[in-house]
Amino acid sequence: MTDWLDPLPWLIVLPLVWGTLAFVLGPGRGARLAIVALVLQMLLALQLAAQLVDAGARAYAVGGWGAPLGIDLYADGLAAVMLLLTQAVALPLAVYARGYFAATTKGRDLFWPITGLMLAALNALFVSADLFNIYVTLELLGLAAVGLVAIAGGTAPVTAALRYLLATLLGSGAYLLGVALIYGTYGSVSLEVLAPLITDEAPFAVTLAAALMLLGLMLKTALFPFHFWLPPAHGGAPAPVSALLSALVIKASFYLVVRLWLDLFEPLTTVDAAQLIGALGAAAIIWGSLLALTQTRLKMLVAYSTVAQIGYLFLLFPLATLTLPAAADSALQGGVMQALAHGLAKAAMFAAAGSMIVATGRDDINRLGGVGARLPLTLFTFGMAGVTLMGLPPSGGFSAKWLLLQAALESGQWWWVAVMVVGGLLTAAYVFKVLRRAFLPVAEGDSVTPVPRVLEFSAFALALASILLGVFGAPLMDLLAVGRGA
Amino acid sequence: MSVGLLYALAGAALFAIGLAGLLALPHLLRKILAFNILGSGAFLILVGLGQRDGSVDPVPQAMVLTGIVVAIAATALALALARQLLERTGRMQLPEDRADAETDDA
Repeated sequence: MTDWLDPLPWLIVLPLVWGTLAFVLGPGRGARLAIVALVLQMLLALQLAAQLVDAGARAYAVGGWGAPLGIDLYADGLAAVMLLLTQAVALPLAVYARGYFAATTKGRDLFWPITGLMLAALNALFVSADLFNIYVTLELLGLAAVGLVAIAGGTAPVTAALRYLLATLLGSGAYLLGVALIYGTYGSVSLEVLAPLITDEAPFAVTLAAALMLLGLMLKTALFPFHFWLPPAHGGAPAPVSALLSALVIKASFYLVVRLWLDLFEPLTTVDAAQLIGALGAAAIIWGSLLALTQTRLKMLVAYSTVAQIGYLFLLFPLATLTLPAAADSALQGGVMQALAHGLAKAAMFAAAGSMIVATGRDDINRLGGVGARLPLTLFTFGMAGVTLMGLPPSGGFSAKWLLLQAALESGQWWWVAVMVVGGLLTAAYVFKVLRRAFLPVAEGDSVTPVPRVLEFSAFALALASILLGVFGAPLMDLLAVGRGA
Repeated sequence: MSVGLLYALAGAALFAIGLAGLLALPHLLRKILAFNILGSGAFLILVGLGQRDGSVDPVPQAMVLTGIVVAIAATALALALARQLLERTGRMQLPEDRADAETDDA
Protein backbone atom coordinates (compact mmCIF):
# COMPACT_ATOMS: atom_id res chain seq x y z
CA MET A 1 0.00 0.00 0.00
CA THR A 2 1.41 3.40 -0.90
CA ASP A 3 1.73 5.70 2.03
CA TRP A 4 -0.39 8.55 0.75
CA LEU A 5 -3.45 6.31 0.46
CA ASP A 6 -3.33 5.44 4.17
CA PRO A 7 -6.78 6.29 5.63
CA LEU A 8 -5.35 7.36 8.99
CA PRO A 9 -4.06 10.87 8.11
CA TRP A 10 -6.87 11.49 5.61
CA LEU A 11 -9.45 11.15 8.37
CA ILE A 12 -7.88 14.26 9.92
CA VAL A 13 -7.02 16.17 6.74
CA LEU A 14 -10.38 15.76 4.99
CA PRO A 15 -12.61 17.50 7.58
CA LEU A 16 -10.01 20.28 7.92
CA VAL A 17 -10.14 20.83 4.16
CA TRP A 18 -13.92 20.81 3.80
CA GLY A 19 -14.34 22.92 6.93
CA THR A 20 -12.02 25.57 5.50
CA LEU A 21 -13.62 25.40 2.05
CA ALA A 22 -17.11 25.66 3.55
CA PHE A 23 -16.00 28.95 5.07
CA VAL A 24 -15.21 30.27 1.59
CA LEU A 25 -18.03 28.61 -0.34
CA GLY A 26 -20.85 29.63 1.99
CA PRO A 27 -23.51 27.43 3.59
CA GLY A 28 -25.20 26.17 0.41
CA ARG A 29 -22.29 24.64 -1.45
CA GLY A 30 -20.44 24.09 1.84
CA ALA A 31 -23.20 21.76 3.04
CA ARG A 32 -23.14 19.67 -0.15
CA LEU A 33 -19.34 19.44 0.02
CA ALA A 34 -19.53 18.40 3.67
CA ILE A 35 -21.98 15.59 2.97
CA VAL A 36 -19.88 14.20 0.10
CA ALA A 37 -16.73 14.42 2.24
CA LEU A 38 -18.47 12.71 5.17
CA VAL A 39 -19.40 9.78 2.93
CA LEU A 40 -15.71 9.52 2.06
CA GLN A 41 -14.74 9.73 5.73
CA MET A 42 -17.16 6.94 6.57
CA LEU A 43 -15.53 4.75 3.90
CA LEU A 44 -12.06 5.64 5.19
CA ALA A 45 -13.05 4.73 8.76
CA LEU A 46 -14.43 1.39 7.52
CA GLN A 47 -11.25 0.76 5.52
CA LEU A 48 -9.12 1.52 8.57
CA ALA A 49 -11.22 -0.81 10.72
CA ALA A 50 -10.83 -3.61 8.17
CA GLN A 51 -7.07 -3.07 8.06
CA LEU A 52 -6.84 -3.23 11.85
CA VAL A 53 -8.83 -6.47 12.02
CA ASP A 54 -6.49 -8.01 9.41
CA ALA A 55 -3.14 -6.69 10.57
CA GLY A 56 -3.54 -5.47 14.14
CA ALA A 57 -2.97 -2.04 15.70
CA ARG A 58 -0.47 0.22 13.98
CA ALA A 59 1.25 3.57 14.13
CA TYR A 60 1.66 6.23 11.45
CA ALA A 61 4.48 8.77 11.40
CA VAL A 62 3.11 12.11 10.21
CA GLY A 63 5.24 13.43 7.35
CA GLY A 64 7.54 10.42 7.72
CA TRP A 65 9.41 12.09 10.60
CA GLY A 66 8.91 9.58 13.40
CA ALA A 67 8.28 9.95 17.09
CA PRO A 68 10.89 12.04 18.93
CA LEU A 69 11.01 14.75 16.26
CA GLY A 70 7.63 14.45 14.52
CA ILE A 71 4.19 13.38 15.66
CA ASP A 72 3.07 9.76 15.67
CA LEU A 73 -0.51 8.67 15.19
CA TYR A 74 -1.61 5.35 16.59
CA ALA A 75 -4.80 3.42 15.84
CA ASP A 76 -6.00 0.38 17.75
CA GLY A 77 -9.42 -1.25 18.04
CA LEU A 78 -10.78 1.25 20.58
CA ALA A 79 -9.72 4.20 18.43
CA ALA A 80 -11.24 2.60 15.32
CA VAL A 81 -14.55 1.99 17.08
CA MET A 82 -14.71 5.64 18.14
CA LEU A 83 -13.78 6.79 14.62
CA LEU A 84 -16.61 4.67 13.21
CA LEU A 85 -19.05 6.15 15.73
CA THR A 86 -17.95 9.70 14.86
CA GLN A 87 -18.46 9.31 11.12
CA ALA A 88 -21.66 7.27 11.59
CA VAL A 89 -23.20 10.04 13.71
CA ALA A 90 -21.84 12.96 11.69
CA LEU A 91 -23.05 11.80 8.27
CA PRO A 92 -26.83 11.56 9.02
CA LEU A 93 -26.57 14.71 11.14
CA ALA A 94 -25.04 16.60 8.22
CA VAL A 95 -27.99 15.59 6.06
CA TYR A 96 -30.29 16.64 8.89
CA ALA A 97 -28.48 19.94 9.43
CA ARG A 98 -28.79 20.85 5.74
CA GLY A 99 -32.57 20.53 6.01
CA TYR A 100 -32.69 22.13 9.46
CA PHE A 101 -30.79 25.25 8.43
CA ALA A 102 -33.03 25.60 5.39
CA ALA A 103 -35.95 25.94 7.84
CA THR A 104 -34.22 28.13 10.46
CA THR A 105 -31.28 30.13 9.17
CA LYS A 106 -29.96 31.29 12.57
CA GLY A 107 -26.33 30.22 12.83
CA ARG A 108 -26.28 28.59 9.39
CA ASP A 109 -23.22 30.41 8.04
CA LEU A 110 -20.80 29.26 10.71
CA PHE A 111 -22.16 25.76 11.28
CA TRP A 112 -20.33 23.98 8.43
CA PRO A 113 -16.84 25.47 8.90
CA ILE A 114 -16.80 24.94 12.67
CA THR A 115 -18.25 21.43 12.34
CA GLY A 116 -15.43 20.55 9.93
CA LEU A 117 -12.82 21.78 12.40
CA MET A 118 -14.55 19.96 15.24
CA LEU A 119 -14.59 16.64 13.39
CA ALA A 120 -10.93 17.04 12.46
CA ALA A 121 -10.10 17.60 16.13
CA LEU A 122 -12.19 14.58 17.16
CA ASN A 123 -10.59 12.24 14.64
CA ALA A 124 -7.13 13.51 15.54
CA LEU A 125 -7.81 13.02 19.25
CA PHE A 126 -8.80 9.38 18.80
CA VAL A 127 -5.53 8.51 17.04
CA SER A 128 -3.15 10.65 19.11
CA ALA A 129 -0.20 8.71 20.47
CA ASP A 130 1.24 11.18 22.94
CA LEU A 131 -0.07 13.14 25.90
CA PHE A 132 0.77 16.56 24.51
CA ASN A 133 -0.85 15.94 21.15
CA ILE A 134 -3.92 14.86 23.10
CA TYR A 135 -3.82 18.21 24.93
CA VAL A 136 -3.73 20.15 21.65
CA THR A 137 -6.59 18.16 20.10
CA LEU A 138 -8.62 18.49 23.32
CA GLU A 139 -8.26 22.27 23.16
CA LEU A 140 -9.12 22.38 19.45
CA LEU A 141 -12.18 20.26 20.14
CA GLY A 142 -13.22 22.40 23.11
CA LEU A 143 -12.84 25.68 21.24
CA ALA A 144 -14.77 24.37 18.23
CA ALA A 145 -17.55 23.05 20.48
CA VAL A 146 -17.82 26.38 22.31
CA GLY A 147 -17.99 28.16 18.97
CA LEU A 148 -20.82 25.88 17.86
CA VAL A 149 -22.82 26.63 21.03
CA ALA A 150 -22.55 30.35 20.33
CA ILE A 151 -23.37 30.36 16.58
CA ALA A 152 -27.07 31.07 17.07
CA GLY A 153 -26.33 34.29 18.98
CA GLY A 154 -28.60 35.65 21.71
CA THR A 155 -27.96 36.17 25.42
CA ALA A 156 -28.68 32.63 26.65
CA PRO A 157 -26.47 30.80 24.08
CA VAL A 158 -23.58 33.25 24.55
CA THR A 159 -23.82 32.88 28.34
CA ALA A 160 -23.91 29.10 28.00
CA ALA A 161 -20.95 29.19 25.62
CA LEU A 162 -18.87 31.31 27.99
CA ARG A 163 -19.65 29.06 30.93
CA TYR A 164 -18.75 26.05 28.81
CA LEU A 165 -15.53 27.75 27.66
CA LEU A 166 -14.39 28.53 31.20
CA ALA A 167 -15.18 24.97 32.35
CA THR A 168 -13.40 23.38 29.41
CA LEU A 169 -10.34 25.66 29.79
CA LEU A 170 -10.10 24.79 33.47
CA GLY A 171 -10.30 21.09 32.56
CA SER A 172 -7.54 21.32 29.99
CA GLY A 173 -5.46 23.47 32.34
CA ALA A 174 -5.54 20.67 34.92
CA TYR A 175 -4.72 18.16 32.19
CA LEU A 176 -1.75 20.25 30.99
CA LEU A 177 -0.38 20.51 34.53
CA GLY A 178 -0.51 16.71 34.70
CA VAL A 179 1.38 16.48 31.40
CA ALA A 180 4.04 18.86 32.77
CA LEU A 181 4.53 16.72 35.88
CA ILE A 182 4.79 13.54 33.80
CA TYR A 183 7.31 15.10 31.42
CA GLY A 184 9.29 16.38 34.39
CA THR A 185 9.43 12.88 35.88
CA TYR A 186 10.07 10.72 32.82
CA GLY A 187 11.21 13.10 30.07
CA SER A 188 8.65 11.83 27.58
CA VAL A 189 5.01 12.28 26.64
CA SER A 190 4.71 9.28 24.31
CA LEU A 191 2.10 6.80 25.56
CA GLU A 192 4.20 3.93 24.23
CA VAL A 193 7.35 5.05 26.04
CA LEU A 194 5.54 5.91 29.29
CA ALA A 195 3.46 2.75 29.65
CA PRO A 196 6.32 0.47 30.85
CA LEU A 197 7.84 3.27 33.00
CA ILE A 198 4.79 3.92 35.16
CA THR A 199 4.66 1.23 37.84
CA ASP A 200 3.02 1.03 41.25
CA GLU A 201 6.23 2.47 42.71
CA ALA A 202 5.94 5.67 40.72
CA PRO A 203 6.77 8.88 42.64
CA PHE A 204 4.01 11.00 44.16
CA ALA A 205 4.25 13.54 41.31
CA VAL A 206 2.93 10.91 38.91
CA THR A 207 -0.03 10.04 41.12
CA LEU A 208 -0.78 13.76 41.39
CA ALA A 209 -0.49 14.08 37.61
CA ALA A 210 -2.87 11.16 37.09
CA ALA A 211 -5.41 12.70 39.47
CA LEU A 212 -5.16 16.12 37.78
CA MET A 213 -5.52 14.71 34.28
CA LEU A 214 -8.47 12.47 35.16
CA LEU A 215 -10.23 15.29 37.06
CA GLY A 216 -9.76 17.66 34.14
CA LEU A 217 -11.17 15.11 31.73
CA MET A 218 -14.13 14.35 34.00
CA LEU A 219 -14.92 18.07 34.09
CA LYS A 220 -14.90 18.04 30.29
CA THR A 221 -17.11 14.93 30.20
CA ALA A 222 -19.58 16.65 32.57
CA LEU A 223 -19.58 13.80 35.08
CA PHE A 224 -21.69 14.66 38.14
CA PRO A 225 -20.97 17.02 40.01
CA PHE A 226 -19.16 18.76 37.11
CA HIS A 227 -22.28 18.70 34.92
CA PHE A 228 -23.40 22.29 35.63
CA TRP A 229 -22.20 23.63 32.27
CA LEU A 230 -23.76 20.92 30.09
CA PRO A 231 -27.56 21.43 30.12
CA PRO A 232 -27.56 25.14 29.13
CA ALA A 233 -24.88 24.54 26.47
CA HIS A 234 -26.46 21.43 24.94
CA GLY A 235 -30.05 22.57 25.50
CA GLY A 236 -29.57 26.08 24.13
CA ALA A 237 -27.69 25.36 20.90
CA PRO A 238 -29.40 24.69 17.53
CA ALA A 239 -30.59 21.06 17.30
CA PRO A 240 -27.84 19.71 14.98
CA VAL A 241 -25.22 21.26 17.27
CA SER A 242 -26.81 19.80 20.42
CA ALA A 243 -26.80 16.41 18.73
CA LEU A 244 -23.12 16.64 17.77
CA LEU A 245 -22.10 17.82 21.25
CA SER A 246 -24.09 15.24 23.20
CA ALA A 247 -23.30 12.35 20.87
CA LEU A 248 -19.61 12.94 20.18
CA VAL A 249 -17.81 15.72 22.04
CA ILE A 250 -18.28 14.38 25.57
CA LYS A 251 -17.35 10.90 24.31
CA ALA A 252 -13.91 12.21 23.36
CA SER A 253 -12.91 13.07 26.92
CA PHE A 254 -14.56 9.86 28.15
CA TYR A 255 -12.44 7.94 25.63
CA LEU A 256 -9.32 9.55 27.10
CA VAL A 257 -10.35 8.66 30.66
CA VAL A 258 -10.72 5.03 29.52
CA ARG A 259 -7.36 5.14 27.73
CA LEU A 260 -5.50 6.63 30.68
CA TRP A 261 -7.23 4.58 33.38
CA LEU A 262 -7.01 1.17 31.72
CA ASP A 263 -3.62 1.51 30.02
CA LEU A 264 -1.29 4.26 31.16
CA PHE A 265 -2.19 4.67 34.83
CA GLU A 266 -3.35 1.09 35.34
CA PRO A 267 -0.64 0.33 37.96
CA LEU A 268 -1.75 3.34 40.02
CA THR A 269 -5.49 2.62 40.08
CA THR A 270 -7.08 1.52 43.33
CA VAL A 271 -10.41 -0.04 44.17
CA ASP A 272 -11.34 2.97 46.32
CA ALA A 273 -10.77 5.46 43.51
CA ALA A 274 -12.71 3.28 41.09
CA GLN A 275 -15.61 2.95 43.53
CA LEU A 276 -15.62 6.74 43.97
CA ILE A 277 -15.83 7.28 40.20
CA GLY A 278 -18.59 4.67 40.03
CA ALA A 279 -20.47 6.44 42.83
CA LEU A 280 -20.27 9.72 40.89
CA GLY A 281 -21.61 7.87 37.86
CA ALA A 282 -24.47 6.44 39.94
CA ALA A 283 -25.26 9.90 41.33
CA ALA A 284 -25.26 11.27 37.77
CA ILE A 285 -27.74 8.58 36.67
CA ILE A 286 -30.19 9.31 39.48
CA TRP A 287 -29.77 13.10 39.64
CA GLY A 288 -29.75 13.63 35.87
CA SER A 289 -32.85 11.46 35.37
CA LEU A 290 -34.75 13.20 38.18
CA LEU A 291 -33.93 16.63 36.78
CA ALA A 292 -34.89 15.47 33.28
CA LEU A 293 -38.28 14.55 34.71
CA THR A 294 -38.84 18.06 36.07
CA GLN A 295 -38.03 19.92 32.83
CA THR A 296 -40.67 21.83 30.91
CA ARG A 297 -38.52 22.47 27.83
CA LEU A 298 -38.01 19.53 25.49
CA LYS A 299 -34.34 20.16 24.68
CA MET A 300 -33.46 20.69 28.34
CA LEU A 301 -35.05 17.32 29.11
CA VAL A 302 -32.89 15.67 26.46
CA ALA A 303 -29.81 17.53 27.77
CA TYR A 304 -30.39 16.31 31.35
CA SER A 305 -30.87 12.84 29.92
CA THR A 306 -27.31 13.16 28.62
CA VAL A 307 -26.11 13.98 32.15
CA ALA A 308 -27.76 10.75 33.32
CA GLN A 309 -26.44 8.59 30.48
CA ILE A 310 -22.88 9.81 31.09
CA GLY A 311 -23.23 8.14 34.49
CA TYR A 312 -23.57 4.71 32.87
CA LEU A 313 -20.29 5.26 31.03
CA PHE A 314 -18.43 5.69 34.29
CA LEU A 315 -19.80 2.49 35.83
CA LEU A 316 -17.18 0.78 33.70
CA PHE A 317 -14.39 1.82 36.07
CA PRO A 318 -15.39 0.06 39.32
CA LEU A 319 -16.31 -3.02 37.28
CA ALA A 320 -13.02 -3.16 35.38
CA THR A 321 -10.56 -2.28 38.15
CA LEU A 322 -8.84 -5.13 39.97
CA THR A 323 -11.64 -7.57 39.25
CA LEU A 324 -11.62 -10.88 37.37
CA PRO A 325 -10.40 -10.55 33.76
CA ALA A 326 -13.76 -11.80 32.44
CA ALA A 327 -15.63 -9.10 34.39
CA ALA A 328 -13.16 -6.44 33.30
CA ASP A 329 -13.57 -7.47 29.66
CA SER A 330 -17.33 -7.29 29.68
CA ALA A 331 -17.18 -4.02 31.65
CA LEU A 332 -15.02 -2.42 28.95
CA GLN A 333 -17.25 -3.80 26.20
CA GLY A 334 -20.33 -2.57 28.07
CA GLY A 335 -18.87 0.90 28.61
CA VAL A 336 -17.86 1.28 24.97
CA MET A 337 -21.17 -0.16 23.78
CA GLN A 338 -22.94 2.41 25.97
CA ALA A 339 -20.86 5.18 24.36
CA LEU A 340 -21.88 3.94 20.89
CA ALA A 341 -25.54 3.38 21.74
CA HIS A 342 -25.87 6.70 23.53
CA GLY A 343 -24.07 8.50 20.71
CA LEU A 344 -26.47 7.24 18.05
CA ALA A 345 -29.62 7.42 20.19
CA LYS A 346 -28.94 10.87 21.62
CA ALA A 347 -28.15 12.27 18.17
CA ALA A 348 -31.47 10.83 16.98
CA MET A 349 -33.30 12.20 20.02
CA PHE A 350 -31.94 15.74 19.68
CA ALA A 351 -32.64 15.65 15.94
CA ALA A 352 -36.23 14.48 16.55
CA ALA A 353 -36.66 17.11 19.28
CA GLY A 354 -35.39 19.74 16.85
CA SER A 355 -37.97 18.66 14.25
CA MET A 356 -40.76 18.86 16.85
CA ILE A 357 -39.63 22.34 17.85
CA VAL A 358 -39.54 23.46 14.21
CA ALA A 359 -43.04 21.99 13.71
CA THR A 360 -44.67 23.47 16.83
CA GLY A 361 -42.66 26.70 16.76
CA ARG A 362 -41.77 26.46 20.45
CA ASP A 363 -39.62 24.43 22.84
CA ASP A 364 -42.30 23.38 25.33
CA ILE A 365 -43.21 19.82 26.33
CA ASN A 366 -46.74 20.83 27.34
CA ARG A 367 -47.47 22.16 23.85
CA LEU A 368 -46.49 19.02 21.93
CA GLY A 369 -50.09 17.99 21.28
CA GLY A 370 -50.64 16.94 17.67
CA VAL A 371 -47.05 15.94 17.02
CA GLY A 372 -48.04 12.26 17.13
CA ALA A 373 -50.63 12.74 14.41
CA ARG A 374 -48.67 15.11 12.14
CA LEU A 375 -45.09 13.86 12.58
CA PRO A 376 -45.52 10.14 13.29
CA LEU A 377 -42.06 9.19 11.99
CA THR A 378 -40.34 11.81 14.13
CA LEU A 379 -42.21 10.73 17.24
CA PHE A 380 -41.41 7.09 16.42
CA THR A 381 -37.74 8.12 16.13
CA PHE A 382 -37.91 9.77 19.56
CA GLY A 383 -39.49 6.62 21.00
CA MET A 384 -36.91 4.31 19.42
CA ALA A 385 -34.07 6.44 20.76
CA GLY A 386 -35.84 6.27 24.14
CA VAL A 387 -35.91 2.47 23.91
CA THR A 388 -32.13 2.47 23.48
CA LEU A 389 -31.62 4.85 26.40
CA MET A 390 -33.88 2.75 28.64
CA GLY A 391 -31.93 -0.34 27.64
CA LEU A 392 -34.79 -2.43 26.30
CA PRO A 393 -33.95 -5.33 23.96
CA PRO A 394 -32.93 -5.60 21.16
CA SER A 395 -31.30 -2.14 21.17
CA GLY A 396 -27.62 -1.26 21.54
CA GLY A 397 -28.47 0.20 24.94
CA PHE A 398 -29.71 -3.22 26.01
CA SER A 399 -26.42 -4.86 24.98
CA ALA A 400 -24.50 -2.19 26.86
CA LYS A 401 -26.48 -2.55 30.06
CA TRP A 402 -26.47 -6.34 29.77
CA LEU A 403 -22.67 -6.38 29.53
CA LEU A 404 -22.39 -4.00 32.49
CA LEU A 405 -24.85 -6.09 34.52
CA GLN A 406 -22.88 -9.21 33.69
CA ALA A 407 -19.67 -7.54 34.85
CA ALA A 408 -21.37 -6.37 38.05
CA LEU A 409 -22.62 -9.87 38.87
CA GLU A 410 -19.32 -11.57 37.98
CA SER A 411 -17.36 -9.19 40.19
CA GLY A 412 -19.93 -9.43 43.00
CA GLN A 413 -20.80 -5.72 42.98
CA TRP A 414 -24.58 -6.02 43.11
CA TRP A 415 -25.14 -2.40 44.16
CA TRP A 416 -24.44 -1.15 40.60
CA VAL A 417 -27.24 -3.44 39.38
CA ALA A 418 -29.72 -1.59 41.60
CA VAL A 419 -28.54 1.77 40.22
CA MET A 420 -28.93 0.56 36.63
CA VAL A 421 -32.45 -0.75 37.22
CA VAL A 422 -33.61 2.47 38.91
CA GLY A 423 -31.95 4.51 36.16
CA GLY A 424 -33.75 2.52 33.47
CA LEU A 425 -37.14 3.09 35.15
CA LEU A 426 -36.50 6.84 35.50
CA THR A 427 -35.46 6.98 31.84
CA ALA A 428 -38.73 5.33 30.88
CA ALA A 429 -40.58 7.93 32.99
CA TYR A 430 -39.11 10.95 31.21
CA VAL A 431 -39.40 9.42 27.74
CA PHE A 432 -43.08 8.61 28.34
CA LYS A 433 -43.61 12.13 29.68
CA VAL A 434 -42.81 13.40 26.18
CA LEU A 435 -44.66 10.63 24.32
CA ARG A 436 -47.82 11.11 26.40
CA ARG A 437 -48.00 14.82 25.53
CA ALA A 438 -47.23 14.22 21.87
CA PHE A 439 -50.13 11.80 21.44
CA LEU A 440 -52.67 14.37 22.64
CA PRO A 441 -54.66 16.29 20.00
CA VAL A 442 -53.55 19.76 18.99
CA ALA A 443 -54.39 22.29 21.68
CA GLU A 444 -56.56 25.23 20.75
CA GLY A 445 -54.53 28.10 19.29
CA ASP A 446 -51.52 25.85 18.59
CA SER A 447 -50.53 24.59 15.20
CA VAL A 448 -48.24 21.82 14.00
CA THR A 449 -46.72 22.52 10.60
CA PRO A 450 -45.13 19.71 8.61
CA VAL A 451 -41.32 19.59 8.46
CA PRO A 452 -39.18 18.60 5.44
CA ARG A 453 -39.04 14.83 4.94
CA VAL A 454 -35.25 14.87 5.08
CA LEU A 455 -35.39 15.95 8.75
CA GLU A 456 -37.60 13.01 9.61
CA PHE A 457 -35.65 10.36 7.70
CA SER A 458 -32.13 11.38 8.76
CA ALA A 459 -33.14 11.30 12.44
CA PHE A 460 -34.87 7.96 11.87
CA ALA A 461 -31.68 6.52 10.34
CA LEU A 462 -29.78 7.38 13.51
CA ALA A 463 -32.41 5.82 15.78
CA LEU A 464 -32.54 2.71 13.61
CA ALA A 465 -28.75 2.41 13.82
CA SER A 466 -28.93 2.59 17.62
CA ILE A 467 -31.38 -0.34 17.64
CA LEU A 468 -29.48 -2.38 15.03
CA LEU A 469 -26.33 -1.92 17.09
CA GLY A 470 -27.79 -4.39 19.56
CA VAL A 471 -28.36 -7.00 16.87
CA PHE A 472 -25.19 -6.55 14.83
CA GLY A 473 -22.81 -5.22 17.50
CA ALA A 474 -20.65 -8.34 17.85
CA PRO A 475 -18.14 -7.47 15.05
CA LEU A 476 -17.57 -4.11 16.74
CA MET A 477 -16.66 -5.91 19.95
CA ASP A 478 -14.16 -8.03 17.99
CA LEU A 479 -12.72 -4.83 16.55
CA LEU A 480 -12.48 -3.40 20.07
CA ALA A 481 -10.23 -6.30 21.11
CA VAL A 482 -7.62 -5.41 18.43
CA GLY A 483 -4.44 -4.16 20.07
CA ARG A 484 -5.54 -4.88 23.65
CA GLY A 485 -3.13 -7.09 25.56
CA ALA A 486 -5.62 -9.82 26.46
CA MET B 1 17.65 23.64 45.14
CA SER B 2 18.17 23.65 41.39
CA VAL B 3 17.06 26.53 39.18
CA GLY B 4 14.65 24.24 37.39
CA LEU B 5 12.86 23.34 40.60
CA LEU B 6 12.63 27.02 41.52
CA TYR B 7 10.90 27.71 38.20
CA ALA B 8 8.57 24.78 38.80
CA LEU B 9 7.61 25.99 42.28
CA ALA B 10 6.94 29.49 40.95
CA GLY B 11 4.83 27.85 38.24
CA ALA B 12 2.84 25.92 40.84
CA ALA B 13 2.20 29.17 42.75
CA LEU B 14 1.04 30.89 39.54
CA PHE B 15 -1.22 27.95 38.71
CA ALA B 16 -2.80 28.18 42.18
CA ILE B 17 -3.30 31.95 41.85
CA GLY B 18 -4.88 31.50 38.44
CA LEU B 19 -7.14 28.71 39.67
CA ALA B 20 -8.34 30.83 42.60
CA GLY B 21 -9.01 33.75 40.29
CA LEU B 22 -10.84 31.65 37.73
CA LEU B 23 -13.16 30.22 40.38
CA ALA B 24 -13.63 33.18 42.71
CA LEU B 25 -13.64 36.38 40.61
CA PRO B 26 -16.97 37.29 39.01
CA HIS B 27 -15.68 39.80 36.43
CA LEU B 28 -15.15 38.10 33.07
CA LEU B 29 -11.98 39.99 32.14
CA ARG B 30 -10.45 38.93 35.44
CA LYS B 31 -11.51 35.35 34.80
CA ILE B 32 -9.85 35.44 31.35
CA LEU B 33 -6.67 36.94 32.83
CA ALA B 34 -6.74 34.31 35.58
CA PHE B 35 -6.91 31.59 32.95
CA ASN B 36 -3.82 33.05 31.29
CA ILE B 37 -1.96 33.10 34.62
CA LEU B 38 -2.98 29.50 35.24
CA GLY B 39 -1.71 28.51 31.79
CA SER B 40 1.58 30.36 32.29
CA GLY B 41 2.03 28.49 35.57
CA ALA B 42 1.65 25.15 33.78
CA PHE B 43 4.10 26.27 31.06
CA LEU B 44 6.66 27.33 33.67
CA ILE B 45 6.42 23.93 35.34
CA LEU B 46 6.83 22.22 31.98
CA VAL B 47 9.99 24.20 31.16
CA GLY B 48 11.34 24.15 34.72
CA LEU B 49 11.02 20.41 35.30
CA GLY B 50 12.16 19.74 31.74
CA GLN B 51 15.72 20.94 32.44
CA ARG B 52 18.00 17.98 33.01
CA ASP B 53 21.50 18.22 34.50
CA GLY B 54 21.63 21.94 33.85
CA SER B 55 21.19 21.60 30.08
CA VAL B 56 18.11 22.92 28.35
CA ASP B 57 15.73 20.38 26.81
CA PRO B 58 14.24 21.77 23.58
CA VAL B 59 11.16 19.51 23.56
CA PRO B 60 9.23 21.25 26.39
CA GLN B 61 10.11 24.62 24.85
CA ALA B 62 8.47 23.52 21.61
CA MET B 63 5.46 22.23 23.58
CA VAL B 64 5.14 25.53 25.45
CA LEU B 65 5.24 27.45 22.15
CA THR B 66 2.34 25.32 20.91
CA GLY B 67 0.57 25.80 24.23
CA ILE B 68 0.93 29.58 23.99
CA VAL B 69 -0.70 29.55 20.55
CA VAL B 70 -3.58 27.50 21.95
CA ALA B 71 -3.93 29.86 24.93
CA ILE B 72 -4.04 32.90 22.63
CA ALA B 73 -6.76 31.29 20.52
CA ALA B 74 -8.76 30.48 23.66
CA THR B 75 -8.30 34.01 25.01
CA ALA B 76 -9.46 35.53 21.73
CA LEU B 77 -12.58 33.37 21.70
CA ALA B 78 -13.31 34.18 25.34
CA LEU B 79 -12.89 37.92 24.71
CA ALA B 80 -15.15 37.81 21.65
CA LEU B 81 -17.87 36.01 23.63
CA ALA B 82 -17.46 38.32 26.62
CA ARG B 83 -17.86 41.34 24.33
CA GLN B 84 -21.04 39.88 22.86
CA LEU B 85 -22.38 39.33 26.35
CA LEU B 86 -21.48 42.91 27.30
CA GLU B 87 -23.29 44.27 24.23
CA ARG B 88 -26.40 42.24 24.99
CA THR B 89 -26.66 42.56 28.76
CA GLY B 90 -24.47 45.58 29.57
CA ARG B 91 -22.66 43.48 32.16
CA MET B 92 -19.25 41.91 32.16
CA GLN B 93 -20.13 38.91 34.29
CA LEU B 94 -22.06 35.68 34.03
CA PRO B 95 -25.52 35.63 35.67
CA GLU B 96 -25.29 34.49 39.29
CA ASP B 97 -27.58 31.48 39.11
CA ARG B 98 -26.09 28.22 37.93
CA ALA B 99 -28.55 28.14 35.01
CA ASP B 100 -30.38 25.19 36.46
CA ALA B 101 -33.64 23.90 35.13
CA GLU B 102 -36.06 26.29 36.79
CA THR B 103 -34.15 29.51 36.31
CA ASP B 104 -33.42 28.84 32.67
CA ASP B 105 -37.01 29.21 31.60
CA ALA B 106 -37.13 32.87 32.50
